Amino acid sequence: MAASRQVRAGIALTAALALTLSACAGGGGGGSSTPGVTDNSVTIGSTIPLTGPAAPGYSEQGPAAKAFFDYVNANGGVNGRQISLKYLDDGYNPAQTVTLTKQLVLQDNVFAVVGALGTPTHTKVVDFLNSSRVPDLFVASGCTCWDNPKEHPYTYGWQPDYTVEGKILGDYVKKNFAGKKVAYFYQDDDFGRDGMKGLDKYIDPSQVVQRQPYQPGNTDVAAQVSAIARSQADVVVLETIPAYTALFKLTSLKLGYNPKLLASSVGADPITVSGLLENFAKQSGASVKGSDLIEGLVTSAYLPALNDMSNSWTALFKKIHDQYIPNVPFDGNVYYAMSYAYTFVQALQAAGKNLTRQGLIDALNKGGLRGPGLVPFRYGADSHAGFTGGQIAIVQSGAQAAQGTPVTTDDADGPVVPYTEKQPTAPPNGIPAA
Amino acid sequence: MTATKERENPVKAPKVPPAWRESTLLRHLFWSVLGLLALYLLSISLDPFRNLQLAQICYMAIATAGLTVLSGLSGQISLGHGAFVAVGAYSTALLLEHEQWPIALVLVVSAAITAALGALVGVAAARLRGPYLAGATLALAVGLPSLADYHGLREVLGGANGLIVTPPPPPLSLGESFPLERWQAWIGGLCLVIVLFLLANLVRSPVGRNMRLVREDEDAAALSGVHVARTQILAFWVSAGCAGLAGGLFAMVNNLASPGAFTLTLSLSLLTAAVLGGMGSLAGAVYGAVIVTLLPNWSNNLAQSANLPQEVYANVPLVLYGVVLIVVIMLFPGGIQSGVRWAGVFLRSKIRPE
Repeated sequence: MAASRQVRAGIALTAALALTLSACAGGGGGGSSTPGVTDNSVTIGSTIPLTGPAAPGYSEQGPAAKAFFDYVNANGGVNGRQISLKYLDDGYNPAQTVTLTKQLVLQDNVFAVVGALGTPTHTKVVDFLNSSRVPDLFVASGCTCWDNPKEHPYTYGWQPDYTVEGKILGDYVKKNFAGKKVAYFYQDDDFGRDGMKGLDKYIDPSQVVQRQPYQPGNTDVAAQVSAIARSQADVVVLETIPAYTALFKLTSLKLGYNPKLLASSVGADPITVSGLLENFAKQSGASVKGSDLIEGLVTSAYLPALNDMSNSWTALFKKIHDQYIPNVPFDGNVYYAMSYAYTFVQALQAAGKNLTRQGLIDALNKGGLRGPGLVPFRYGADSHAGFTGGQIAIVQSGAQAAQGTPVTTDDADGPVVPYTEKQPTAPPNGIPAA
Repeated sequence: MTATKERENPVKAPKVPPAWRESTLLRHLFWSVLGLLALYLLSISLDPFRNLQLAQICYMAIATAGLTVLSGLSGQISLGHGAFVAVGAYSTALLLEHEQWPIALVLVVSAAITAALGALVGVAAARLRGPYLAGATLALAVGLPSLADYHGLREVLGGANGLIVTPPPPPLSLGESFPLERWQAWIGGLCLVIVLFLLANLVRSPVGRNMRLVREDEDAAALSGVHVARTQILAFWVSAGCAGLAGGLFAMVNNLASPGAFTLTLSLSLLTAAVLGGMGSLAGAVYGAVIVTLLPNWSNNLAQSANLPQEVYANVPLVLYGVVLIVVIMLFPGGIQSGVRWAGVFLRSKIRPE
């Protein structure tokens, strides 16, 4: 069939044309001049890993944020507008993040991107979002890179960055374990290294006897843990995601090594970690009680404890959780996503009835937002960093128990100072006042 | 219709085909120009996001075309083509960042670097057969991207976070508001047409004939004077070069080169594209690339709009992907191109019953 072979290229290109054109149903814009905003709706988007290696735990954030927005919508919305969140699965693959973020902006015409998750993924779209002037709010990552108002005026962090957390944990070690041997077990990327930067500002370098990195994905950490065990460190600081907090604990148990453990808030959610501990132990044929193993784990928390129903925020989020997403466990990820969703609603309120992108940015830069966090944000014209600090918490009977007062600091050489202002209570109907 | 009527004459009368059909080169040139025209019309009628997808289809089609020449023509399997795409992407990222060469030069050099690596792999591959070759290339796909995390290279390659690529903007002569995505679709489209033109000529050349001989029977090919190993290495060289060029476009279109983007999944979707389209067929490579690029996006949107519970929603794209794969392979074991060919023959017999 010589003739048909000749036309291969031609047919192929025409087919590409036909297929692409047929998919060419444009996304809706709306009557208003601001993308994603109409008189009765505001559309926002996000990219979150719903599948793949980062999905456990993190995949809950999309439904949880959506549940909070649904609750707000059911109570009249913000300035008469219903909030619609479209979250897409990037599988933690940065190439997917780029495509999906462009889809959200160019095709779905979102007003803003809210709570997009991950450092390696989100760093690749920050330039695009800023050159398209799309508010890029509350990135779900503690990378220090979101705080750069000059280069990226539209991007805002949300959680305390990893260096701030490192400083708080370092300060704790300095005060409570003076002269003891300390070891670090850290994720070998920006997360782990930014965290160590903070730790090193407080912990005397002569105290640090071991620094052992791990590569996410490689679950055999026996070499690193036994090196730390051989160094006989009394205190080990974990700059780890939950799976590696659990792996470190299980591996050190096998070696009969039982140091005092501190962990960054990223890897210290008691429910996630104890669940992982039980799972991993089951895979190797053992049976453990996860919550017993993390008893005494020290971390830096920036949100109220999950089991403290006397806290108005926890009570509010638990109520929404039970009503909208009862099948998802009420854990740190759900709390986290509902909290940033609250902050977004608060920013929308502050931006006023005539909603524009610039209006939202101006409202954030005015500062003064307080919400579920124990300490305020650093938002202002010169800073887009999230929470300024946190509070030391120790895991007791499977839940985090706060110690002392919250503290604040920065990601440079500023001191760690106590923050004494009381946390505001949640609004009675759960919706921030204008 | 009139065109087909006219074509009847040369068939019935003793061969007097038009000049452009007589020469393989001219014929391919004709289709290339037509292809460029189609891509141009397509790109100006599409919105920026669709142009982005068009650019993605172009680089996927380039990589798949290279793979299909390797596997379909010379009979060597590669499960590691994603690694070559990664090499091309990192080369482009580094060259754009450090050398600031014009994009055309950067792409050519990236393709050349990857082709050189491909030739090296080809030397090893020429000694391996079947499952052993599949295993070796699989190891390449899994191992190579993690090089970025190697301590000595981390400063250069950016570790797990990878490199951010600032795409070269469209030339000012096109106007200030010319969409970047359309410009990228143009570059991708031009590269695709050039690659298809070169590969189509290669397929029809003596070298292409040697590759087919090697695929059919290595001993027979050797007996008839074909240098088997050299032909196989050449196929790897060409195919890796295509993957390298695709990688360069990948970096430019997606603004990144990072280990998380070049997982085993990428290698497997290239193979899927080649199989879906029809192994060994260049047109098939384009069909396959269209499907593997657009299908996940469509099914995602479908699942989203159907408001499914999350556990279901997250898996719908995978299920749909599998269903399409099964249906195509059941209907057309030779891929979509065999279906198109069948439809062509069927139509012609209807129009012109003998």
